[in-house]
Amino acid sequence: MLLRESTRMKLNFRLVLLIAATVFGILFSLPSLTQSERGAKVTLGLDLQGGLHMLLGVKTEEAVTSQLKSIASGVSRFAEHNDIMIDSLSATSDAVTFELLDNDDAVLFDGYFKKIEGTVVRASGGNYSITMTTEAVEKLKVQAVDQAIETIRNRLDQFGLAEPTVAKQGVDKILVELPGIKTQEEEQRARELISRAAKLELMAVDEDRAMRVNELGDAEAMGYGDKILEDALQPKMKHLVREIPILDGTMLTNAQVGYDQNNNPVINFTLNSEGAQIFGDFTGKSVGKRLAIVLDGKVYSAPVINERIGGGSGQISGNYTTAEANDLAIALRSGALLAPIYMMEKRSVGPSLGADSIRASLLALVSGFGLVILFMMFYYGLAGVIANLAVVINLFIILAMMSLLGATLTLPGMAGIVLHIGLAVDANIIINERIREGLRAGISTRRAIEEGYQKAMRAILDSNVTQLLACTILYVYGTGAIKGFAVALSIGLLASMLTAIVGSHGLYDLFMNRIEKNKNYTLWFGMTRKAK
Amino acid sequence: MELFKEDKVYNFLGKGKIFFIASFVLFFLAIALIAVKGFSFGIDFTGGTVVQVKYTNTAPIEKIRESLKTNELFEHATVTEFGSPQEVVIKTPSSTMGLSNDIGDTTKEILKGTGDFEIRRVDMVGPKVGDELRVKGLTAFLLTLLAIMATVTFRYEWRFALAAVIAIVHDIVITFGFVSYFEIDFNIESVAALLMILGYSIHDTIIVYDRVREHIEESKETDFVQIINEAVSRTQSRTTLTSLTVFFVVLTLFIFGGDIMMGFSFPMLIGVIVGTYSSIFVAAQLVVWTGFSVANYRQGLAEKVKNRAEKEKMRAQFEQGIV
Repeated sequence: MLLRESTRMKLNFRLVLLIAATVFGILFSLPSLTQSERGAKVTLGLDLQGGLHMLLGVKTEEAVTSQLKSIASGVSRFAEHNDIMIDSLSATSDAVTFELLDNDDAVLFDGYFKKIEGTVVRASGGNYSITMTTEAVEKLKVQAVDQAIETIRNRLDQFGLAEPTVAKQGVDKILVELPGIKTQEEEQRARELISRAAKLELMAVDEDRAMRVNELGDAEAMGYGDKILEDALQPKMKHLVREIPILDGTMLTNAQVGYDQNNNPVINFTLNSEGAQIFGDFTGKSVGKRLAIVLDGKVYSAPVINERIGGGSGQISGNYTTAEANDLAIALRSGALLAPIYMMEKRSVGPSLGADSIRASLLALVSGFGLVILFMMFYYGLAGVIANLAVVINLFIILAMMSLLGATLTLPGMAGIVLHIGLAVDANIIINERIREGLRAGISTRRAIEEGYQKAMRAILDSNVTQLLACTILYVYGTGAIKGFAVALSIGLLASMLTAIVGSHGLYDLFMNRIEKNKNYTLWFGMTRKAK
Repeated sequence: MELFKEDKVYNFLGKGKIFFIASFVLFFLAIALIAVKGFSFGIDFTGGTVVQVKYTNTAPIEKIRESLKTNELFEHATVTEFGSPQEVVIKTPSSTMGLSNDIGDTTKEILKGTGDFEIRRVDMVGPKVGDELRVKGLTAFLLTLLAIMATVTFRYEWRFALAAVIAIVHDIVITFGFVSYFEIDFNIESVAALLMILGYSIHDTIIVYDRVREHIEESKETDFVQIINEAVSRTQSRTTLTSLTVFFVVLTLFIFGGDIMMGFSFPMLIGVIVGTYSSIFVAAQLVVWTGFSVANYRQGLAEKVKNRAEKEKMRAQFEQGIV
């Protein structure tokens, strides 16, 4: 009587757990299975639903160069503002150098440099050299990556794509995933939008030497503190501009698509008050000269300045389609990239291939599953059916957990699940073999089952722990799709401990009296040889 | 249904030499093959680009080759049929760094005029990524081996751990010998397969070890060889059945997963076979050769039991306030 009581207690606890797991599994995998709008669904990886995956690198060292350039612009403006005579101002990739003609002005400059953080100033006999400290360089590089992520995210949000992912990978890499991309054209447009440096510079044309632009080499131009830039619309045309820009896009507050008198799309931009001030000052004293509007190193227009331009607004015109102008305006508004980005890895999958992959892996899943189920039933009889039931519930739990965790189901993840079906029945195979051994040795059915579970447990636990370790390492060191594989497999392993070990035991408890009564071991355990 | 006579103890170790020679030969053949022939690494490791193109009609492979020749990016490109006559895969060691006009766009330009097609997949990996992957893959492999060494040593004994790790290396080397021989693309999925085989192999081995441990602890048998023979015989049915179910699913993956899963399904298929073989014929035998002594192990166990009893006794005394 006492034994009965305790068995019933156990039965309740194991079976209740199994039923709870079943309800949980079915309930939370329903949204994914029915593709309903409500509830957490498992996300399909880009390899299954199609889309664009990119790993971008950031050329952080160029952020340093451009920072030095902007220091140089500052020096130039400061000198002009205070009537200090300087000569041969230039910015290289690691230093800004210039020559101070009148040493009496050194005090003024020292005061100016004190205000710029993270720089080291060396001066000898009027020759100044300004470099950045290592810490400042490191900080700037980190900033460049963070800013690039922020900028790309902004641009993609305004572009209107569904669920873009932009995330930092490692120290200086950016992961971009765009599931909404369907065609090659869309992909190219998105890539252009992301990579657009959108670096706007307003530069003075060097009117003294502009006539000779076609004869000058780059090195010679540099010697004059100039730079040769291509025209954006007429590739053969060249412009000679002052190397240090008057101002750049950092002072831009807005950019909108507008139309010029011929109804062609143009981009109207507005500068902030500081930018407007600089712009006004410059145009005021450069009447009759030309101002080049430079975007990403190309001259879009170089109009002659007719009068002082106040208000701080300007226009970029350049044979755009409305869509192009729109993308450019987005890029300008979201700010320039501090450093250029480049492609390290790209994977783009068309939606039709994704659908093929889903079909293929589902086919593998169903047929693999079918084979395993038939085999288990054939070999173990009802014990095989119990094991199969455990696997089915297991599958539901995997899907439910992945939906709840917001995990991504990738093609390798699907392979992991298919593989898991084969492995999941193993726990039950071990248990069933132990039970058969016990029955063969002639112990009672109840003891054979209890001992079977008890003895099998140790081996199963030992093995599962080592496998979970392997999965963890795979997750940590794997990339993208492989992580999905590790997640699917780990969830499966954990779920199988619940369904295959506890759950199936609950079912035996439920049927225990019946098994004990009819002792039909062929039906229950698929045994074909007589027990001793 | 029953496939194996449960009460019969097969003399696996009696034929130990044959299996040892077989394993030894296969192992070194595989190493030689890998050393000489190497792997046909996928772009995940070498960097480069793979473009999968599907034509409405049969893909004009010759025409595609002709067209590609005009561009230096495709100087060393290969064009092969992929899955069906409509589909081809173009593989080139080149990659592009720019975002606005990449090698996928270029391919599309070049292929214009070869027929009605759709670009279904562009995988491009820069040269740096491949190096990183190699380092990561190797680290993951070694770390997993270490983790296995640690857990098996903790749960069994270091000799078991050593034998298990040797068996794993044996399985993996032989499997990847086959990968090399059949020139299967070695890509990131293959690394996953490698780690899966590792997990599967250790799983199988542990099931056998568990029996060995049980026999040592519960029987009076002193002959280690006999203990192992018994353990392997008792678990053989389970080992074979599980291998069969796993083999079924891997086979369906291999058949239905198509060329795109080949880097995963092929090594898995071989790995399951080799892993099963090694857990029956290699892993346990290796423990014998490491000089494992049943008597010492039992003595160790007895001491553990004694220590625990002593501790409990002391605790009991402490709790009763005797000490």
